[in-house]
Amino acid sequence: MGAPTVSCHAVAPPRDESLGASYRTIAVVGPPNSGKTTLFNRLTKLRQKVGNFPGVTVEHHTGYVRDRDGKEVALIDLPGVYSLTPKSEDEKVAIDVLTGQMPGTPRPDAVILVLNSTNLHSHLVLAARVIALGIPTLVLLNMADELRKQGGQVDVLALARELGTPVALVSATTGEGVVAVQNFLSSATAGPEPLELPVVGSTRGYREWAVRVGTNANYRRPAAPIWTQRLDSIFLHRTWGPIVFAVVVIGVFQTIFAVGQPLSNLLQKFLDVTGAQLGNHLPAGMFQSLIVNGVWKGTGSVLVFLPQILLLFLVIGILEDSGYLSRAAVIADKTMSRAGLNGKSFIPLLSAYACAVPAIMATRTIENKRDRIATILIAPFMTCSARLPVYTMVIAAFLPDRPVLGVFLGTRALAMLGLYVLGFLMAVATARMLKSTVLKSKDAPFILEMPPYRWPTLSSLGLRLVDRGKAFLYRAGTVIMLVSLLLWAATNFPMHHGQPPAVQDSVVATVGHAIEPVIRPLGFDWKIGVGLITSMAAREVIISTLGTLHGVDAQSHATDLQAALRQELTPAGAVALLVFFAFAMQCMSTVAVVRRETNGWKWPILQFSYMTVAAYIAAFAAYNIVGHFVR
Amino acid sequence: MIFNFIFGRRKKQPPTGASALADLRVGESAILSDLELAPPVAEHLMNLGFVPGLEVQVLRSGPGGDPRVYRVDGTEVAMRRDLTRHIRIELIGAPAFGD
Repeated sequence: MGAPTVSCHAVAPPRDESLGASYRTIAVVGPPNSGKTTLFNRLTKLRQKVGNFPGVTVEHHTGYVRDRDGKEVALIDLPGVYSLTPKSEDEKVAIDVLTGQMPGTPRPDAVILVLNSTNLHSHLVLAARVIALGIPTLVLLNMADELRKQGGQVDVLALARELGTPVALVSATTGEGVVAVQNFLSSATAGPEPLELPVVGSTRGYREWAVRVGTNANYRRPAAPIWTQRLDSIFLHRTWGPIVFAVVVIGVFQTIFAVGQPLSNLLQKFLDVTGAQLGNHLPAGMFQSLIVNGVWKGTGSVLVFLPQILLLFLVIGILEDSGYLSRAAVIADKTMSRAGLNGKSFIPLLSAYACAVPAIMATRTIENKRDRIATILIAPFMTCSARLPVYTMVIAAFLPDRPVLGVFLGTRALAMLGLYVLGFLMAVATARMLKSTVLKSKDAPFILEMPPYRWPTLSSLGLRLVDRGKAFLYRAGTVIMLVSLLLWAATNFPMHHGQPPAVQDSVVATVGHAIEPVIRPLGFDWKIGVGLITSMAAREVIISTLGTLHGVDAQSHATDLQAALRQELTPAGAVALLVFFAFAMQCMSTVAVVRRETNGWKWPILQFSYMTVAAYIAAFAAYNIVGHFVR
Repeated sequence: MIFNFIFGRRKKQPPTGASALADLRVGESAILSDLELAPPVAEHLMNLGFVPGLEVQVLRSGPGGDPRVYRVDGTEVAMRRDLTRHIRIELIGAPAFGD
């Protein structure tokens, strides 16, 4: 993360280290729940970019501020840490950056340490460790407004004397005292002042030191926020708690399903129409097909996810920033622990019922890396909305609708419900298997801080949306686009007399024939094989592919397609197809997002292989067992 | 510490006057005396404020009694029973009337 380059005009003074008038790189450090991010957003006025540190999943923001002379200073926002012992990945990253050992990141010349003034004793422990590094440090005691409102106090000058660093009382939400940062930027000294901190080894020693320093600085802890206590007595109540939780969960689910889905559909329609119009303006032929069916469709398959992703992050952002997410985790924990997971996995897994893509991006709220990976790995087993059209078509083709429980439940609905349960059970089984083997996290049990309730701020919600949206478009979008283009090429080559071939003569059909021996034991022929390949773009694409292969329009002549399917598949083969779709990771968008979120190809490849093998075995078993009874 | 971690589970209940955090009822307070946990877990808890010598209170219980929320020095933390049975405490004094 190098400093931004300045153009060759002589507007900006040259950055010369020997001038030493201003810092150039400053690390922002602070414990979780200290308001560090809000402060960072305020300081940088949202001028920032996201990046991953090399080799780790930890993400960081770099923002820019101008000092009094108008020179640009880079602020590196480090992950929230409680201490500087390299036990977790976050802490290791923080130490590496602060000591200049992080490749690609210059050693910061100064540190801004953000502490929560309403919880000073805990947070001073981190201060001792940061100041001991010997880098010039500005200590910001955040949440000054809350401290005062709840009757707390601290003598800033006395604390500055105790710590040997400048100290300022600020409020990131109101902007009070933030001017201290400007003063600090221009106060660069030749080197850090020698600090006299007590030599204390143990955490207990640090804590005792912190209490002593706090006492010397006249620190009075504010009363526990009354609203937090009142709300918690409802939200964590033994009967009301779960009821509120259920309402919130249904709200989240409804938002992404009932609001997000129509928005996505609307966007899809818009993209289809514009694509068709674009095609009208181009001469018919290869180029038109490439633009409309390759590039435009590829772009579309990326864009249609955006409404759902943004909505989900808006809802989760509100839950997280308000503090309710931690309470929801406590409520869900008991149930989730049966699957070897903890309460923090609940909301992401719930979101996966709409779509695995935003769900996997939502796992960022899970701090424990192993739990996070486990949640990412099981999320695609949840029955997402793209599976529904496939289920509906196959069930409608093979299962006559008869009432099972009067008007409430028919055979078809029952079959659908069964597929939901099947996916869920597979997710639980996989989670248990992962958590008892490769992703065992004995050293990271469920320990969750309950922050006080706060109003979410618009800027941090907005920034989160922009962040997630961008991350998805840039990193996942490129992979999805690439695969879309490959699929387009596979269906449009080899050409005959300059014309694209009929689907049955294309490369994709050749591949379909090639994999036929492999999928034959599942009761699938090469046409289903082609459908399995094209459904990588999105699961429901298999319907239109089969339509093309059978020469029927899948949308207007659904019953014709169902009849064609009955010719092609035995009932046992149909069950196998449903089971295959329930388990297989037939979705390159999910693969792309997993690659992005785990920062490498290892997990997505593992996950894809596991899910495909599981789908194959289960479909094989289903085909043979059902085939034994139904002919 | 490592020794404690490996053999901690088998250790007999300490003599009277000390018990585990998990044994406290909601609303009760006690003084933390020892964290018989793996070093990284104990370290993390201490960073959150669970330092031996400080007073800890069982603030409330999640539905079903687990996890529960504990308060120490102004910080509120939710933990499961599987952890709090390894956190030793000393009672400040028997509560006058039940709870």
